[in-house]
Amino acid sequence: MKKISRKSTAPSSEGAVDINFLSRVRSKIQDPFFWSDWLVVVAFVFVIAFFGAIAPAEFLTLWNLNNILVAASIPAIIAVGQTFTVLTAGIDLSVSSTMTFGAVTFGLAFTNGWPLLQCVLFGTIAGTFVGLLNGLIIAKRKINDFIVTLGMLSVASGAALVLSDGKPRQVISESLATLAIGDKANIPYLMMVAFVIVVVAHFVLFHTRFGTHVFAVGGDPESARAMGISVVKIKIAVYVISGALAGFAATLAISRIGSAEPAANTSILLNSVAAVVLGGVSLFGGRGTIFGPFIAALLLQSLSNGLTVIGVAAYYQYLSIGLVVILSAALVRTDK
Amino acid sequence: MTTKPYAIECVNIKKAFGSVDALKGVSMFAKPGEVTAIIGDNGAGKSTLIKCISGVYNSDEGEIKINGEVVEFVNPEESRSFGIETVYQTLSLIEDLSIWQNLFLNREITKGFGPFKILNKSKMKEEATKMLKNLDVYIPSIKSRTRRLSGGQRQAVAICRAAGWGSSVVIMDEPTAALGVRETAKVEDLIKRMKAQGLAILLISHNFDQVLRLSDQIWVMRQGDVMAGLRSKDTSGDELVALITGAKSGKG
Ligand SMILES: Nc1ncnc2c1ncn2[C@@H]1O[C@H](COP(=O)(O)OP(=O)(O)OP(=O)(O)O)[C@@H](O)[C@H]1O
Ligand SMILES: [Mg+2]
Repeated sequence: MKKISRKSTAPSSEGAVDINFLSRVRSKIQDPFFWSDWLVVVAFVFVIAFFGAIAPAEFLTLWNLNNILVAASIPAIIAVGQTFTVLTAGIDLSVSSTMTFGAVTFGLAFTNGWPLLQCVLFGTIAGTFVGLLNGLIIAKRKINDFIVTLGMLSVASGAALVLSDGKPRQVISESLATLAIGDKANIPYLMMVAFVIVVVAHFVLFHTRFGTHVFAVGGDPESARAMGISVVKIKIAVYVISGALAGFAATLAISRIGSAEPAANTSILLNSVAAVVLGGVSLFGGRGTIFGPFIAALLLQSLSNGLTVIGVAAYYQYLSIGLVVILSAALVRTDK
Repeated sequence: MTTKPYAIECVNIKKAFGSVDALKGVSMFAKPGEVTAIIGDNGAGKSTLIKCISGVYNSDEGEIKINGEVVEFVNPEESRSFGIETVYQTLSLIEDLSIWQNLFLNREITKGFGPFKILNKSKMKEEATKMLKNLDVYIPSIKSRTRRLSGGQRQAVAICRAAGWGSSVVIMDEPTAALGVRETAKVEDLIKRMKAQGLAILLISHNFDQVLRLSDQIWVMRQGDVMAGLRSKDTSGDELVALITGAKSGKG
């Protein structure tokens, strides 16, 4: 059956359309940023194909692919938040301890008998608060983002330890258990949650004024200000987003472990920065996507999963993931 | 005889950066439908003056009137809302945004309401094309990144943006300093067209021929002071040089 779904164009303009298309393709290919956008997709396909080829029976099982999706959900959410800060030429080094702080506040609320949704909200608000502090100090006092969030890394994990007295709190909930292990059409619920966040973030970034202003502030803060954009507000907002998402991701972490852990999971930080770099977001700000870092988060998880599956010791995994990050930073054009 | 109010009038504007008195009490005006030039040596305070007018800096003392109304801009957004658009020396284009995005930066058109406002991209692209066409600027694709434009195209985009907002005043800081002969001619055409449309244009330039060609009124600045205000048709390049270097005193 043949279907003509395209509107037929006037015959006289047919040739013009073709030339237009060709020149567009050419200009795309010549744009170095085009490659930084697509590198991650190519690399992801390569990683899947590679492990699929050497260990098809172990790596390419539904069960294993499911594992990857589950494990990638939290890093993906954190990477989305990190993308916003990096797009403004900033960085949030406090994400992992913010998540821990969110988890501990969640745990406190839960042991006090709060309903689940309120606990989720409480943890998210706690993360948002940390992000707000980061943003206010960075944007208002104009203090280096690296230093502020590095300090906050310690402050938030310290606060988490103080609040929890250093002890994990059990969080037993039917709904959370379902969230952690359930799936629909082989897509785990956790990944669905992450994906919804990815789609919303993409929408915010590319279809709202705020998103455009994030790019403007990251690309050239002086010019953005000259056009009347409040650089301070945008900067505060991106750290709030990063903190809120870290606080929210705590819920997913709790659902997986079954308890609110006061110890920071530091690999989350490296992972989020890695995903952002690998995902083609310029560390100088002003350039990037949400789907890039999302695919990168999937890639990194596939990589460490694949290495485990083929029996590479965990030590080498740290090594290889670190190398991938450095390599990708070198490959992707990050200079202006 | 009743006179229209000046588009811009500055009265005794002072601005210091630490111990540097960049402006020591500047008074000047600009009329609608005229090109008003500000000239002076490097460091005379020209850029500082226009930044005070456009709200980038807050003046320490003095008064700024727009169409006769006393205003106090604390940021560029406020001056933009008064119809004052500025093309800075640096152009203020975001390299990695597309041309239409730059034309609509912080003036984005949205659809929907409340928190669900989303960008109306097709409308903005359509309007962007009109903005460029209105001033006869040809740019191959408004969707390409601003990074890819030539110096002249960049300048033209920045000027179109400034002229395109129903603005009443367009301020330009050395708009042709980095341009070749042909591109300079194009920008000068643009300025003439804007003048014909009744805008008040404030032009900073180091090029006396250009100033004499384009402007109606000239203010000469030296070391943070206005040395003289002249009608362009009554002066010459030699006189301007003498005023700028201080060989001749405008006030004496
Ligand atoms: N942000 C600032 N901080 C400190 N000093 C400044 C600042 N901006 C300008 N100045 C000083 O104020 C004086 C006037 O500078 P301004 O930029 O207004 O000169 P200009 O007339 O525009 O010169 P040019 O022709 O080189 O552009 C100079 O001495 C300059 O060093
Ligand atoms: Mg200047």
